[in-house]
Amino acid sequence: MNERPADIGELLRPLAPQVLGVVVRRHGQFDACEDAVQDALLAAAVQWPVEGVPDNPRGWLITVASRRLADQWRSENARRRRESTAAALDGMDAAPAADVDRAGAADDTLTLLFLCCHPALSPPSQVALTLRAVGGLTTTQIAHAFLVPESTMAQRISRAKRTVAGTEFARPAEAERTERLGAVLHVLYLVFNEGYTATSGPDLQRPDLTREAIRLARQVHRLLPDDGEAAGLLALMLITDARRPARTRPDGALVPLAEQDRSRWDTAPIAEGVALISATLARAPVGPYQLQAAIAAVHAEAGRAEDTDWPQVAALYRVLDVLAPGPVVTLNRAVAVAMVDGPQAGLDLLATLDSDERIGGLHRVPAVRGHLLEMAGDEAAARSAYLEAARRTTSVPEQRYLEDRAARLPL
Amino acid sequence: MKYMLLTYGIPAPGAHLEASGNGAEDTLLAEIVETGEWVDRAPLADPALTRTVRVLDGAVGTTDGPFTAVAEQLTGYWLVDCESMGRALELAALLAGTRTVAVEVRPLMDPSGMEM
Repeated sequence: MNERPADIGELLRPLAPQVLGVVVRRHGQFDACEDAVQDALLAAAVQWPVEGVPDNPRGWLITVASRRLADQWRSENARRRRESTAAALDGMDAAPAADVDRAGAADDTLTLLFLCCHPALSPPSQVALTLRAVGGLTTTQIAHAFLVPESTMAQRISRAKRTVAGTEFARPAEAERTERLGAVLHVLYLVFNEGYTATSGPDLQRPDLTREAIRLARQVHRLLPDDGEAAGLLALMLITDARRPARTRPDGALVPLAEQDRSRWDTAPIAEGVALISATLARAPVGPYQLQAAIAAVHAEAGRAEDTDWPQVAALYRVLDVLAPGPVVTLNRAVAVAMVDGPQAGLDLLATLDSDERIGGLHRVPAVRGHLLEMAGDEAAARSAYLEAARRTTSVPEQRYLEDRAARLPL
Repeated sequence: MKYMLLTYGIPAPGAHLEASGNGAEDTLLAEIVETGEWVDRAPLADPALTRTVRVLDGAVGTTDGPFTAVAEQLTGYWLVDCESMGRALELAALLAGTRTVAVEVRPLMDPSGMEM
């Protein structure tokens, strides 16, 4: 019996953007429509387990959401001394399903994603709104996922909705499409990372954001099969997530890639991700997500850490450093270069970051330096680099890992 | 990212009464509730009510105070969830007013982490 609500949730969530799309196109007012659809989803979560799933779940949700909207407008109208827009409301309860075709539903999901990742919103707001309007998660679930009070998340979402309320419900113009799609992919990437980096804590109410991000990335890839970056992002998520069972010890301690028990990697998503990225690289113009997926694939294909094709990894990072330069890319490239040309070559590359202002308090620089110094045999310097990194990080498990590395080395 | 804004000021008798009428704090509260960045806040009671617990050789000792000679004392905290340290500093600047002479901005440790 306990599994019933979860099953209903799985059924409901993909319907959320389809229903919202239809309701918004029909009635306008994204803000009010989104509330009405959430109400309809909640009603379904309560009623369906008891009364059974209706023959046309989507039609049921559209009808209920439309009624909620009508109720809301009627009461608002009553408050405004019954201004007569009642005529406009007539016919809102009409049977909806017939005019909803699958292509329209697919278009709507994408249009909604573009709307939720509107450039007027900050990334945290884009993430919250996407999870609610497209992901179909409740505000409570999203608040749990980001460890903030529900009222805080509710406010963030309603503010985001008001910000985009005036935006026309349509695909962005061709000229800005690439940029807007970039924002959508970035939001899905943020959702994935939030879920992936979370250590399995005692809070069972935290929804699995990794799975949600993969589900949405899969949807975007299905809707835009020719987009190389959408495919690259999905492949990157699949391969990265496959390592999850091996990335932490039972006590929550982080296990670096080189020390992971590779027999615990999940082989099915790796196979899917590797096939997807191989096919994509062969046909699409290359982009940063594809390169990161390709790097993840090279690691995934090594049965043991020492079998890793480091020249290949270093070459891919070199291309990434040209295509999407940034301190984090340089850091990762330094590790690969050290594996190919020795630790000093890696340290030299790392030194180029010392004058980089973007790096700020990034603890990963001393962390990587410590690793390379340890490789070079300079244990005292490695130890102090690890300790410096441990001081600078704001992540509890990373700090613990860095302190452990330092403790392994003699004073 | 979560940040703790620790406010320092000169605690005066009745300061907690003034707190509700403090323009700077009201402005900040209104702003961060609206943006969805507010997590928690509380003013601290007068330092005269402070007690300190220490464990020495397994024995628990409780003393009044400390009553330090420092004029500026911790008067309260704000917990915010915002995008960056830059934004946290912006919020802290809103707090600096007549009662608060300094705000210490400290990032909180995060339970999440990425393997290296």
